Amino acid sequence: MAAAAAHRNNKRRRFSPAPGPTSATAPPLDSLADELLFLVLDRVAAADPRALKSFALASRACHAAESRHRRLLRPLRADLIPAALARYPSASRLDLSLCARVPDAALAAAPSGSSLRAVDLSRSWGFGAAGLAALAGACPDLADLDLSNGVHLGDAAAAEVARMRTLQRLSLSRCKPLTDMGLGCVAVGCPDLRELSLKWCLGLTDLGLHLLALKCKKLTSLDLSYTMITKESFLAIMKLPNLQVLPLVGCIGIDDDALGSLDKECSKSLQVLNMSHCQNVTDVGVSSMVKSTPNLLELDLSYCCPQVTPSMGRSLQTITKLRILKLEGCKFMADGLKAIGSSCVSIRDITDVSVAAITSSCTSLISLRMESCSHVSSGALQLIGKNCSHLEELDLTDSDLDDEGLKALAGCSNLSSLKIGICLRISDEGLTHIGKSCPKLGDIDLYRCGGISDDGVIQIAQGSPMLESINLSYCTEITDRSLMSLSKCTKLNTLEIRGCPRVSSAGLSEIAMGCRLLSKLDIKKCFEINDVGMLYLSQFSHSLRQINLSYCSVTDIGLLSLSSICGLQNMTIVHLAGITPNGLTAALMVCGGLTKVKLHEAFKSMMPPHMLKNVEARGCIFQWINKPFKVEVEPCDVWKQQSQDVLVR
Amino acid sequence: MEGGMSSLETAMKASSSVASGTARNADPDQQTVRSNSVEQFYFPRPGQSLPGIPPFFGPPSSSLYLANDNEAKVGNQFEPNPSQSTDWDPQAIVSNLTFLEQKIKQVKDVVQSISSRENQVAGGSCELAAKQQLITADLTSIIIQLITTAGSLLPSMKNPLSSNPAVRQLSNTLGSPMGFGMNANQRPSVDSKTDIPDIGKASGYEELINSLNTTQDERDDLIKCPNPCGGEGSEPTPMEDHDVKESDDGDHEGENLPPGSYVVLQLEKEEILAPHTHFCLICGKGFKRDANLRMHMRGHGDEYKTAAALAKPTKDSGSDHAPVTRYSCPFVGCKRNKEHKKFQPLKTILCVKNHYKRSHCDKSYTCSRCNTKKFSVIADLKTHEKHCGRDKWLCSCGTTFSRKDKLFGHVALFQGHTPALPMDDVKVSEASEQQQDSEPMNEISRSMGCFPCSSSDGISNLDMKMADDARGYYSPLSFDPCFGALDDFTRPGFDISEDPFSFLPSGCSYVQQNGDN
Repeated sequence: MAAAAAHRNNKRRRFSPAPGPTSATAPPLDSLADELLFLVLDRVAAADPRALKSFALASRACHAAESRHRRLLRPLRADLIPAALARYPSASRLDLSLCARVPDAALAAAPSGSSLRAVDLSRSWGFGAAGLAALAGACPDLADLDLSNGVHLGDAAAAEVARMRTLQRLSLSRCKPLTDMGLGCVAVGCPDLRELSLKWCLGLTDLGLHLLALKCKKLTSLDLSYTMITKESFLAIMKLPNLQVLPLVGCIGIDDDALGSLDKECSKSLQVLNMSHCQNVTDVGVSSMVKSTPNLLELDLSYCCPQVTPSMGRSLQTITKLRILKLEGCKFMADGLKAIGSSCVSIRDITDVSVAAITSSCTSLISLRMESCSHVSSGALQLIGKNCSHLEELDLTDSDLDDEGLKALAGCSNLSSLKIGICLRISDEGLTHIGKSCPKLGDIDLYRCGGISDDGVIQIAQGSPMLESINLSYCTEITDRSLMSLSKCTKLNTLEIRGCPRVSSAGLSEIAMGCRLLSKLDIKKCFEINDVGMLYLSQFSHSLRQINLSYCSVTDIGLLSLSSICGLQNMTIVHLAGITPNGLTAALMVCGGLTKVKLHEAFKSMMPPHMLKNVEARGCIFQWINKPFKVEVEPCDVWKQQSQDVLVR
Repeated sequence: MEGGMSSLETAMKASSSVASGTARNADPDQQTVRSNSVEQFYFPRPGQSLPGIPPFFGPPSSSLYLANDNEAKVGNQFEPNPSQSTDWDPQAIVSNLTFLEQKIKQVKDVVQSISSRENQVAGGSCELAAKQQLITADLTSIIIQLITTAGSLLPSMKNPLSSNPAVRQLSNTLGSPMGFGMNANQRPSVDSKTDIPDIGKASGYEELINSLNTTQDERDDLIKCPNPCGGEGSEPTPMEDHDVKESDDGDHEGENLPPGSYVVLQLEKEEILAPHTHFCLICGKGFKRDANLRMHMRGHGDEYKTAAALAKPTKDSGSDHAPVTRYSCPFVGCKRNKEHKKFQPLKTILCVKNHYKRSHCDKSYTCSRCNTKKFSVIADLKTHEKHCGRDKWLCSCGTTFSRKDKLFGHVALFQGHTPALPMDDVKVSEASEQQQDSEPMNEISRSMGCFPCSSSDGISNLDMKMADDARGYYSPLSFDPCFGALDDFTRPGFDISEDPFSFLPSGCSYVQQNGDN
């Protein structure tokens, strides 16, 4: 992506006086070993990805060094592939997830004998068997290929994939036209496969899967979720000698009979088994299956067993190494839970179980998700903080958590993710405790916490320099002061301040200048934000991928300046008074990388249809919104009451 | 053929003239034997293989040609009728002998006529062959009648037939044309000779007669027991069969008859390949089915139109007593040949026929569709033609399969073989993929096509007003993504210029641009 813009003169002017280590290393660059130079470049890139570009522009030698250094290519447009590969000959990974449309010709343009080892086409469409054939010919060493979401890829494409003999990792998720024939080709053609995903490949039957189990003995991970697998091939797959990870989500063909017929010959290597949403599995099947898989580390039985019986609990005790057991959506019988509780001292991840039992027995709990547990009292929530000091992830969304609970959580110094949205009883005081004691916090969700104000956010921003994501939506008391303090969190990439009417362009400009990695921004209903904020964003936030501008005071000028951010993929532009159809059309035409745009339905008739088709042909999807214009933001408690009323109804 | 027919008819007349009183018994049987021999024992009858109770003394057949029925019509002939078999009727024997005398004379005449004619013209070989067949048949019938007549004199005949090995062996010899043809010695087959010298005939005949009276040892020497169970201490035959086709031929693995519990018959090659197996005794017309013959017989007179004559011969009576019969393939060295160490008999005549054609005959029927597969049995061809061309499951080695699981079994078995997509399928899917890809492109190009100049410069594609507007907005800002983007979407449009749907008005200019690009 850098290469495309590199030749633009204006940009070169802008970046040539770039200060810092880049210019310092330029003269003695030749004496510096590549390894050392690359270490330097790694550090520079970690701080600001854009810095590499300035470095490359410093001198011819820097340019060459940067070309040798880069391993990962993520072009914004598919037609840049040949140029990018020519510029970066040592690139090993080609990530095309930003190119919505990748025609066959673009893949065919890859120079033959390239050193690419990984290609990601999971979010692209427009290519077929011919493009894959060209890719297979050009990249003889390809080991990792992601073709997920290739809903149009069928057997012909699979036959071309089968020519990549060194392939070790392959994803064919949602390749729905794929049949046994294609899978057979892959199974025979790629004997080194280690990881394979066949999720949602509905065209597959036992024949193909059985052949796969026969031919690809090196498989360690095989995703068969939502396939039509039955007992016939299940037994063969369970005998794969190296299989470690086997997701079987939503496989209705797996039943107690299939699990019961697993015998002692079954492979002992299996460590992770996910049988959630397997409707036909009951506690009987689980009990018999557990006997033949003694080395399981993780077992997910969510929404599959109708009820957990004591005998099943006892059989789970026999898996001594079990670390993670998920029983979401399972009805517990009291004794069954007791059996689990007494045995699984090493279980680290439990959802939906009663708090007291957990806190007393699982003191080493790392992750706890308790969304919408309205029956849990604040006293019980305090127990969590007191007993589980190893917690890293905590989700207490929509609970009775108060400042006392947050104070108790202050003991969890490893906390990295804290979701306490819709907890109306917390205030700045509680957040101060968190800010002081949780320096590793990376993700905090304060959605609709009406009780907090700038002071609390400032405490968090100061105490958590690693913060990457913060959600302050509908915290109506928030002002530009919060944003200014958050602009010191240089790693911040996600900022959601939807419905904060007191935030203005001044605060946003601070964020744009401070948080250069910002990629997701939601400023819906921030009525004070106008074109000035957009100009700052277009100037500094080159990493921006996703933005929601609804109800802002942005006009065509702001929108067009915003559209110069070439990586922009996702825009929501609804109910903006200052936007005209012409301005919108121009912005859409300029943004080449758009993949999804939400617009008000009224614009549909006002924009030239061939322009819309033009944009769609580049891979953009339009979503036409027809919601009434509604300015006022109700207070959080009113909103909660309303939403609960809706639920009751 | 006419000569043969005429002689046959004279024989018929002669027999019918004799056939009165007690001789009536002989008549149907004689005809039976004769007709059977015309068919060359195609359907060997238990009556021949086991003439312990001479068919002579069996109750008269319900109709003349009912006895001709070949569907194992053991029935009445096998029913032991003590009153008749024990009573020795000299009168009957006299009449029999008289009849035989006449018969021999007729045969002699025929042979003489052949030899005289042969001197004159080379003659049609087929006619000659027909006559030879006739002679052979006649001789056979004569011999059998002689034996049965003589056999009725033997005291041992009153015993249960199995208790007399001599008779049984003899009967086997007679039942098997090969045994007779070879005459139990290595004498050349009668069939293979163009001329049958009277002496040869006589000697064979005498030998047979003698064999009845000679001692047990001599008989053993003379007549090789065709039955594998013949008491030479043969081991039980292992019932293993690897040939799928062979098992098709009707040998049922599960049957596993102990050797000796069944009688083995062996037909000659000619008999097996004979197109017709049922012959009209009056006009000599051949039929494949007995029912057709019966229908045909109606034309020969009202006596054949009776319900009894038209009825399907019953096979119920005495079927319990019928010995189990199995068949041997005449091809020496074949596993189905009785000489084979691991001999596996064939169950029915049809099995013999199919087996012989499949294994020892040329495959003369070629599939008209694929022109590669050949069959010797027409039914096999028809079965194949039902599936020919429908082998859509293809392996990379070129083998095709009619079933997907068979293909996957094959692929699983052989290293490096991979399922192959049919070529037309690949093309179709590619085309559809491409078409699917190009569809929005086409629409775009179509919508673009309304503009006078659709050059590769994307911006001029825009409506002029729009372009102006856009320029107005672009000017303070960076332009490049716009150009790039338009490049991006216009280029694939050219990639698919060979698409059949490229009905763009400016098609030629596109080609030009393509070259420019």
